[in-house]
Amino acid sequence: MIHPSVAYLHIPDGFLSLAVAGLGWLFATAAIGYALRQTRGQLGEKQIPLMGVLAAFIFAAQAINFPVAGGTSGHLLGGTLAAIVMGPWAAVLIMTSVIGVQALVFQDGGLLALGSNIVNMGILTAFAGHLVYSLVRKVMGAGRRSLLAAGAVGAWLSVLLGAAAAAIELALSGTSPLKIALPAMVGTHVLIGLGEALITVGALGFLYAARRDLLSIGETAPAQTGARWVAVGLGLALGIAALSPLASGDPDGLNRVAADLGFDGRALAPLYEIFSGYGLPLVQDPSVSKVAAVGLGTLIVFGIAFLAARLQRRRANA
Amino acid sequence: MLHINLADQYRRGTSLIHRLDPRTKILAVLLFIVTATILPAGAWLPYGLLLAGALLAAQASGLGVGFALKRSFVALPFALAAITLPFTVPGQPLAHLSSLTITVEGSLRFLSILIKSWLSVQVAILLAVTTQFHELLWGMRELRLPKPLVSIVSFMYRYLFVFADEALRLLRARAARSGQGEGKSGGGLLWRGRVAGGMVGNLTLRAFERSERIYEAMVARGFQGEIKTLISPPLTDMDRNVLVGWVTYLAMLLLVGFLF
Repeated sequence: MIHPSVAYLHIPDGFLSLAVAGLGWLFATAAIGYALRQTRGQLGEKQIPLMGVLAAFIFAAQAINFPVAGGTSGHLLGGTLAAIVMGPWAAVLIMTSVIGVQALVFQDGGLLALGSNIVNMGILTAFAGHLVYSLVRKVMGAGRRSLLAAGAVGAWLSVLLGAAAAAIELALSGTSPLKIALPAMVGTHVLIGLGEALITVGALGFLYAARRDLLSIGETAPAQTGARWVAVGLGLALGIAALSPLASGDPDGLNRVAADLGFDGRALAPLYEIFSGYGLPLVQDPSVSKVAAVGLGTLIVFGIAFLAARLQRRRANA
Repeated sequence: MLHINLADQYRRGTSLIHRLDPRTKILAVLLFIVTATILPAGAWLPYGLLLAGALLAAQASGLGVGFALKRSFVALPFALAAITLPFTVPGQPLAHLSSLTITVEGSLRFLSILIKSWLSVQVAILLAVTTQFHELLWGMRELRLPKPLVSIVSFMYRYLFVFADEALRLLRARAARSGQGEGKSGGGLLWRGRVAGGMVGNLTLRAFERSERIYEAMVARGFQGEIKTLISPPLTDMDRNVLVGWVTYLAMLLLVGFLF
């Protein structure tokens, strides 16, 4: 197989509930549709050959590994590298093609779960990587050192975010409690992300030395404002989702304290009001339903950011 | 160890399953996976019937019952993601493991997830081995996937093997110029990462340059930014019958799963 260690992010069918998988598809479809129009404007008739060849390249590049320790090896996922070189929207298309072929031909990740896998490994990594990269570049300025630092941080965080999103989806599906899935997934990907960061930095260093002009494609890619809005929305949404269980430490414990003090439900009610009071009606387990509500809120925040980005762009065009 | 295993998964054949319209197969597989996903935990009879359906399809494909079964365990390592369920789902205790309690409900949920995943992988394998990739793409285009996306993926597939070969050459070159000790790797971790990264950067350049050449060759042949396709034939009677039969069977399964 091509990438045993990244396989942890390829969620197979059966592990996600229909609702979560459907939301993943909904979100992936919206992002892909938008990305298709963006890259069409960016690349014109070069869109199809260039995106296709770069997708084949990322697929092959995922096979390039290096030994880390104890028989494990470092791999590339590639979302951040693609986003830095080509811009985030193009990266969404490249990663979608890669993940799609892996699922369709090699059964790496499920077909129903494909939407969620595209969100985790394609869209999230592209935008998180790109946002961090542009922020660091802004702070540190142009030059080789800032390029490499930006690439390293962007690549590392993008893998962490992808893993966190996968953990949240598994928890929402009732496959694994969030307080176990999140630390486990993020914890292992702290290390896997280092491999990603090292390879991304190596590749950027090579490109900087050999063809500096290529690196300007991503920086001048269109819809920077749109991309920034989406990235900010994503960051915010994931921040909320990741912090909610951490803030409470032990959600069940918090529930009990809340019940003891007699304001069970009331304390968090405003936040969850839209989801019929406290939790989602379809989910039985109270802690799961709380997490589900937070997750849905996350998606809604993201949806709002997405709409804001579209409006912004429409205004810019008008 | 070079682990690129990029053989085309398609197995030539003339069976009923091979001859079905790609649209029929894509829909049938998706409906099967959706059915498996929404069935409640512990619905053993419907699971058994789903397995029977998958095996029947495997038999009808001429590849034999064992073919998909043998390869269907690829997703099992992911079971680790659900391994905590027997301990965390509250319910009737089944066994004790030091301070942890394994519950009946949790084990049921865990097993159900594994079975659903295993069943889904089987039909996904059948789809991949009985349908050529360009047929799959054609089917997806007909099922209203965005045309540019389908074109991009078809392009990608065309050059996948070219780039896998390039990656293999890079890996082989690195292996040739590196010494190898028993379970030891030379250089520091950072250095090894940088070498691998340099290879990826090298591959990036090759990809860009190749895409330029490909694009120019396409323009020279009259490419104007869109890949044109022929008008699609309607589904045949056989496809309709198979789809109707399949949907009826899945619907009955769901009824059994939710009513009994």
